[in-house]
Parts: sequence; C-alpha cells; structure tokens
Amino acid sequence: MNVLVCVKRVPAPGARISITADGQAVDTAYLAFTTSPHEECAVEAAVQLVEQHGGESTVLTLGPAEADEQLRYAASIGVNKAVLLPIDEVDWDPQRTSAAITAAIRDLESANGPFDLVLFGNESADSGNFQVGVRVAHALARPMVNGIKGIEVEGGTIRARRESDAGVEVYLVPTPCVLGVKEGINLPRYPTLKGRLASKKVDVAQVSPVGEPGGQQMVTLLQAAEQVSQTVMLGNGPEAAPAVVDLLEELGLLK
Amino acid sequence: MSVLVVVEHDRGALSPATLEALAAARTVAGEGGVHALTLGAAADGMAGELAGHGASVVHQVHHDLLSDYGPEAWGEAVAQAVRTLAPEAVVACGTDRGTEVMAQAAARLDLPMVANCTEIGAGAEPWTIVRLRWGGSLLEQCTLQASTKLLTVAHHAFEAAEAPGAGTVSSLVVDLDPALGRTIVVDRVERAAGVTLATAPLVVGGGRGVGSAEAFAPLEELAGVLGGVVGCSRAVTNNGWRNHTDQVGQTGTRIAPDLYMACGISGAIQHWVGAMASKKILAINTDPEANMVTKADYAVIGDLHKVIPAITEEIRRRRGA
Ligand SMILES: Cc1cc2nc3c(=O)[nH]c(=O)nc-3n(C[C@H](O)[C@H](O)[C@H](O)COP(=O)(O)OP(=O)(O)OC[C@H]3O[C@@H](n4cnc5c(N)ncnc54)[C@H](O)[C@@H]3O)c2cc1C
Ligand SMILES: Nc1ncnc2c1ncn2[C@@H]1O[C@H](COP(=O)(O)O)[C@@H](O)[C@H]1O
Repeated sequence: MNVLVCVKRVPAPGARISITADGQAVDTAYLAFTTSPHEECAVEAAVQLVEQHGGESTVLTLGPAEADEQLRYAASIGVNKAVLLPIDEVDWDPQRTSAAITAAIRDLESANGPFDLVLFGNESADSGNFQVGVRVAHALARPMVNGIKGIEVEGGTIRARRESDAGVEVYLVPTPCVLGVKEGINLPRYPTLKGRLASKKVDVAQVSPVGEPGGQQMVTLLQAAEQVSQTVMLGNGPEAAPAVVDLLEELGLLK
Repeated sequence: MSVLVVVEHDRGALSPATLEALAAARTVAGEGGVHALTLGAAADGMAGELAGHGASVVHQVHHDLLSDYGPEAWGEAVAQAVRTLAPEAVVACGTDRGTEVMAQAAARLDLPMVANCTEIGAGAEPWTIVRLRWGGSLLEQCTLQASTKLLTVAHHAFEAAEAPGAGTVSSLVVDLDPALGRTIVVDRVERAAGVTLATAPLVVGGGRGVGSAEAFAPLEELAGVLGGVVGCSRAVTNNGWRNHTDQVGQTGTRIAPDLYMACGISGAIQHWVGAMASKKILAINTDPEANMVTKADYAVIGDLHKVIPAITEEIRRRRGA
C-alpha cells in the first residue's frame, strides 16, 4: 500500500501569539516550529499502514526551505520518502496550495505509480482553511472524507470512522482515496536515535510548485479580543480547600 | 442580494448552528432575501423553523443519495443548487459537516471558500471578511473576490434569532452520479448517554503537573463527587497518560462548563482556546506566574497533589455534617 501524507510547517506558540509589525505573519523570532498536530497523526497513520500492509510512505510539504525540518521529522519516525515544494512567501492561499499539491501528486504518480491513499490533516493549525484536502481529492477525482479518527484497510476499501455529537459514523471508502485525519486517531511515536540519524540521509526531492493565486487573500492578521480577568486568589496549598468549597457552593455545584 | 443557507441536519434533526448561519445571512442579504437549502426528504419538516428564522424560500432537494449524510453527494447537490439559483453568496455553519460540504461545493464550482467567518463585509467587490485562525486564538482580515461568495460562519459569531420569513417551499431537482454513494455514512455507533466533556457542568482538568496516569486518580475522585468529568492537556495525551477524548483545546474538545478547575496546566494558547468558554475558571498551580493563573477567575497556588485531596475531603466533611 502506497501512502502519501501532506503536512504543513507551523510555529508552536506558547502563552500567546504575537504578530509581526506589518501584520503579515506570526512573529516567530522566539518560536520553535512543528507539524500541525492532526498531520503528525496522519504521518503516524501512514507509517503504521505501511508496517501492516507493505508498500511505501511519502511525506510532502509546500513551504519555506526550512520545512525540510518537518519532512525529516516524518522520516525519523519511519516515512520512506520526502518531497518539498519550496515557496518564498510565508504561505499560499488554499486554492493555490491545492493546485500545487495536485500537480505534484500527478507528477509523483506518473513517475512511481498511484498512491492508494493520500492523507491530510482535518485542518491546518495556523490558517485552518478546512479545504486543501477536499480540493486536491476533487481535482484527482477521488473520494474524500474529512475528520477521520479510525482507519482499517479491508481489501480495496477503507473502513473509516469519524466522531459526531451523536457517536461514531462509519464510511466504507474505495481506494484510491483521500482522507483527512484528526488528532486522536493514534498516538504518534517519538523518533529513535537510529531514526533521527537515518532521516539525515533521506533524499528530499524538490518540485517547483505551480498554481495561480485564488480568490481569498489575506490582508492582515489581527489579535482576538482578550478576556481580562482579575484573578481572585483563594489561598495557598491545602489550606485553601475551604475557600474552594465555598466557591463550589456559591456556583451551585455542590448538590 | 440573495443568500443561500445550506441547512445542516442529521436525518432530519436540525443542527442549531444552522440558525446562526441564517442570522449571518440576514446581515448580508437585501431584496433577494435569505433562501434555505435542505437536502433529503427527512429535512422537509424543518421548513417552518427555517421560515421562523428568516428564510423567504426553502428549497427542498429529494434524492436517494441524500437519505443520509455523505460529503460528496451533499457537496455536489449544493454546487448544482448554486448553478440553478445563482445566489450572490452561500453560507453554511463552521461545523465539521458545514465546512466539509462547503469545501466540496467550492471544489466543484472552482470558487474560493472562506472558512469560519466572524465578520462579513459585503458590498463592493472584493468583500472584506474577518475569520478565525489558530482555532480562534488569532484573527485574519482577508478579501474575497468571486462570482459567488462561499462562506462558513464561526460558532458564536452571529446570534441565532427569530425573524419571520415567508418560507415559501419550492422543490429543486439535482442529478447525482450514483458513484457519489461511495462516501455516504454506512453505519453508526451511538454514544452511551451521560455527561460528556463538551457538555459537563464541571470539568477537572489535569496537565503535565499531574505527573503520571496513576496520579489522575484524585482528579477522578473529585470529579466523581461533583458529578463532573476529567479533562486534560495535550502534554498529558502525548505522554499516553490519558486518551485524546479527554483533551481540551484547539485540536481537542471545546468545553463550556460552569467551572473549569485547571490543575497543573500552564495555559498555552491552544489549551486556553478550548477552555475559554467556561463560565468560571479556577487554576491550581505551583507557579503564580503561569498563564492559566493570571487568566483565571480564581487561583490556588500550591501542589495539586495536596490541594485536590484536601478539596475532596472538605466536600465530604460538609456533606457528612
Ligand atoms: C498547533 C498546536 C495545537 C495544540 N493543541 C493543543 C490542545 O488542543 N490542547 C492542549 O492542551 N495543548 C495543545 N497544544 C500544546 C500546547 O502548546 C502546550 O504544549 C500544552 O498545552 C502544555 O500542556 P501542560 O500545560 O499540561 O504542560 P506544561 O506547559 O508543561 O505546564 C505544566 C504546568 O504544571 C504546573 N505544575 C507542575 N507541577 C505541579 C504541581 N505539583 N502542582 C501544581 N502545578 C504544577 C507548572 O507550573 C506548569 O504551569 C497545541 C500545540 C500546538 C503547536
Ligand atoms: N502548505 C501545505 N503543504 C502541505 N500540505 C498542506 C499545506 N497546507 C495545507 N496542507 C494540508 O491540507 C490540510 C488542510 O489544510 P487547510 O485547508 O489549510 O485547513 C492540512 O491539514 C494539510 O494536511
């Protein structure tokens, strides 16, 4: 089974997210970078599927040259191949990103044969457009279900599970197909030292991205209104317990 | 201007977020009015309620492939409705299904789609829109240039309100390729009844400060005596101490209890965004400078391993008295 997984490099902010003076990007001067959490799980799913069914896994990203770090991280936990679509901008709009990823998949498939499964995250952590995977799937004329928290391969079909308010929904999707994964589908493994060393030697293929700008264009980032509250100190250590229970009583929670 | 609202429902049960989408559509629509689109015969019964929330026309689509939810069949039906009705804008709710269906329709119509809008500046081309990024921790102002504007609205950004509309029922015919049946729900497992993390009136949250899976026992006990549930941070799920179903935050569950007791949680923005809808927050932390402490309504500074059992004991003492 050949699996492709598409990931995005995003900053990992802590207590708050700062914006650069020109409003065009998250101020990453003091930040580390990571892969969007849903996509970390998609990478783990790809590795597990290949472990179970054989074949090969590939990770792909469209991003700055530094996104090499996220590709090698995926390789360090077991992904076989890596592809970088380098861009100069901080980010591309979702239509343009989808067009570039679609074109790259077509190229990869004409060289190496089809991917049985293409995995995306449910949404990217930073821009959260909820659409790149759906657009790519449609362009490739493949079925797509988003929000997946369970994948089982049954011959030429994937049994995919997704959570809803009411419980779990089951989809039976024929391969080749595209799925968007949510965090919680698995617990991603940590890289081993051996994995880390091997990932340094992985050859990262570069493909020039092609795509026209789409109809949605960012003007500026804005801070969300912050809730300010004056914290009431109830005390220190276990001696604060009576004050906490008074509060529970006051809030009507001590029935 | 006429605005089409894609009605979200599950086999005839209306999703409340749809009423927010109708409210958003009313802020944009002019003469052309707000039109509602219901997919599947099971949704016919909702026409009255949609009219009560401002729909001037309710377009009903009947098709075998719409008898249950399927993202591709729904997305294709919306795309065909847009071609037939030619609205200026289409609005859906920013839920899992709403965004998925709108993305499918956008792909099929080769149009942009703006997800999770909080402000919609309609009028001259291009429109100016404010939308959520980072699960709501950050906003983006963007422009939208398109022959038809496709949008989903963020939860809580527009308030659902009654606004009588004519609600004229009209039937709309779509032609769906049987192949689209490949992504229709085939089975369901209903959740057992009871409080969930999303609906619990009280959540006791534990973070890295708890230290291990076993050390969650006192948090379970406290939640138990109060009829609440235990939640956790991503540090906890990443360590394998608890299931991801307990995770609060951007990539976990959004909670809205009367009280959230956040114990040994630093309050990273991605955690905060899932907890901020709580009516009150009490932080228990050894670090008085922790973000969770400075943002909370109440705080206890101290070791959670000592504070939590003391709270449980005090509750038992008062109840026994
Ligand atoms: C894109 C993205 C999405 C994310 N999504 C989520 C999400 O959905 N949910 C989420 O939670 N995180 C999420 N994170 C991770 C987030 O950034 C933080 O890393 C995480 O929330 C930290 O968890 P924590 O507060 O438990 O741990 P820490 O940050 O390590 O904090 C531990 C806290 O415990 C306190 N403490 C230690 N010992 C004790 C003690 N004995 N008694 C009392 N207090 C003690 C410390 O003072 C400290 O404040 C996401 C990150 C990214 C990049
Ligand atoms: N620049 C990118 N490079 C690779 N994959 C991406 C990129 N942007 C988005 N994706 C993928 O598409 C999914 C949905 O992204 P979005 O539509 O931005 O929410 C993400 O979870 C990723 O799997």
